[in-house]
Amino acid sequence: MSKEVAIAGVGMHPWGKWGRNFVEYGVKAARDALKDAGLEWKDVDFVVGGDTMRNGYPGYVAGSTFAEALGFKGTQIASVYGACATGAQAIDAARARILAGLAEVVLVVGADAAPKGFFAPQKGDRPEDRDWQRFRLVGMTNPNYFGLYARRRMALYGATSEDFAAVKVKNARHGLHNPYARYRKEVTAEEIAASPLVADPLRLLDICATSDGGAAVILTSIEFAEKRGLKVPRIAAINAATPTYPNPILDMPYIATDSWAVVQPDARGFKPSIAYGAYEEAGIGPEDLDLAEVYDLSTALELDWYEQIGLCGEGEAEAFLRSGATTFGGKIPVNPSGGLACFGEAVPAQAIAQVCELAWQIRGVAEGRQVEGAKVGLSINQGLFGHGSAIIVKG
Amino acid sequence: MFYFTAVSKKVIPAIEGFFTMDPEAPRLLGTQCKACQTYFFPPERGYCRNPECDSEELETVELSHEGTLWSYSHNGYKPPPPYVSPTEEFEPFAVAAVELEREKMVVMGMVPKPYTHEDLKVGQRMQLVLDPLYETDEERVMVWKWRPVEGGGSK
Ligand SMILES: [Zn+2]
Repeated sequence: MSKEVAIAGVGMHPWGKWGRNFVEYGVKAARDALKDAGLEWKDVDFVVGGDTMRNGYPGYVAGSTFAEALGFKGTQIASVYGACATGAQAIDAARARILAGLAEVVLVVGADAAPKGFFAPQKGDRPEDRDWQRFRLVGMTNPNYFGLYARRRMALYGATSEDFAAVKVKNARHGLHNPYARYRKEVTAEEIAASPLVADPLRLLDICATSDGGAAVILTSIEFAEKRGLKVPRIAAINAATPTYPNPILDMPYIATDSWAVVQPDARGFKPSIAYGAYEEAGIGPEDLDLAEVYDLSTALELDWYEQIGLCGEGEAEAFLRSGATTFGGKIPVNPSGGLACFGEAVPAQAIAQVCELAWQIRGVAEGRQVEGAKVGLSINQGLFGHGSAIIVKG
Repeated sequence: MFYFTAVSKKVIPAIEGFFTMDPEAPRLLGTQCKACQTYFFPPERGYCRNPECDSEELETVELSHEGTLWSYSHNGYKPPPPYVSPTEEFEPFAVAAVELEREKMVVMGMVPKPYTHEDLKVGQRMQLVLDPLYETDEERVMVWKWRPVEGGGSK
């Protein structure tokens, strides 16, 4: 039996700072995705909502919240949270139910209305909470972790602030014509260098903002799609696994790594293992990709991803970027959507939005940012508390 | 501007059981699994997190007070609560990730004044110090920090 499912339709609400209820963004995305698939709300037999931690109780029960907004009709629901991997876990839950024969048409939807500034932990005095510990005891914000990795790249591989800025310049160009992107404006290296230092060595324009936004996909069984005559991309792999113990890399929100004094760490490392698991499931390798959507929470992190998903060797990402390989016309365009640099992060919607972009690219309808002949794409992300996910979409 | 008399304040740790309060030679307190010997910081008390080990016996151990700077960053803007700024007007500060050779782990910490991120270099030696996190009218709240080793390549 095929382990693939069809992406029958996709939809998004533009990213921005709209100041409205997150439910509105999700409903807009869901309705667009249904329309894109040529299906109706009454055809949906399972709804998976990606939760948001920033919008009270309705955000924790996103499956119900979106089902209610679209009109309660006795649909099976689930609500999922996995930090930046939320959307991928939601898609995985949808896939599992389809492959088990328990659902035929599934709506996966995530949306967020994010406050301004740094992501802050939940209120309350909780000394056992890793998230409390890092803010109170070390003052570690998310950009501080990005700063650590960026400094490390500089020390190990001689990366420069100019290299980091070149990622932003590229992604800003990519997103210029994306109607769903929040920032659609060229950015120069000079503007980046003149922006305030937020988390050494990273400046304001190196770091992604927090945004409002919503994204949705309609997944169906391959049989259903074929019966309807839908020529649509397929999900060939999803990997949303944890790290393995001991994890020697300092990941958010921990204030210390595991110890590798006794147990040998996995030779591959967590972030490469996210991609590897997906490649293995799809039976392909990085050389088979036509494009990738990677989680550029910071400019320097995009360079890390080039190596971690196997596009180039360790320490080669700066040269790979400078060669033009990761822009239109290059070997493998990365973040043709403009990435988080142009979107800002809307946590529970972001991994779904990455899949929307892969679907549009593979269908050849990514106007103003189309990767020529795109057939196979990978999306990947990593977030707090050992979450990370990769999805491979094939034409 | 008014001044507190230091001696009248109660000196307390920012969190219980993470470090000793010896002002001259503070130590981080980790735990070590009695069965598989692996180390934990923050101290795990209830169970060992090694997936090959089901031990629930862990003992408190002092961790190395010197290590190598794995990487660093700084905060140009005030982090959100529960961070508490020690000064009314926020002052940027550096953070350090230090690799401990014996325990083979990396432990974060703030970097005390007057050191800034400009004084730091990946690979240099760092040492543990006790320093105020913030103060109230009655209390001086202490935390561990990482400072460059004198003569270790910095100020
Ligand atoms: Zn053990």
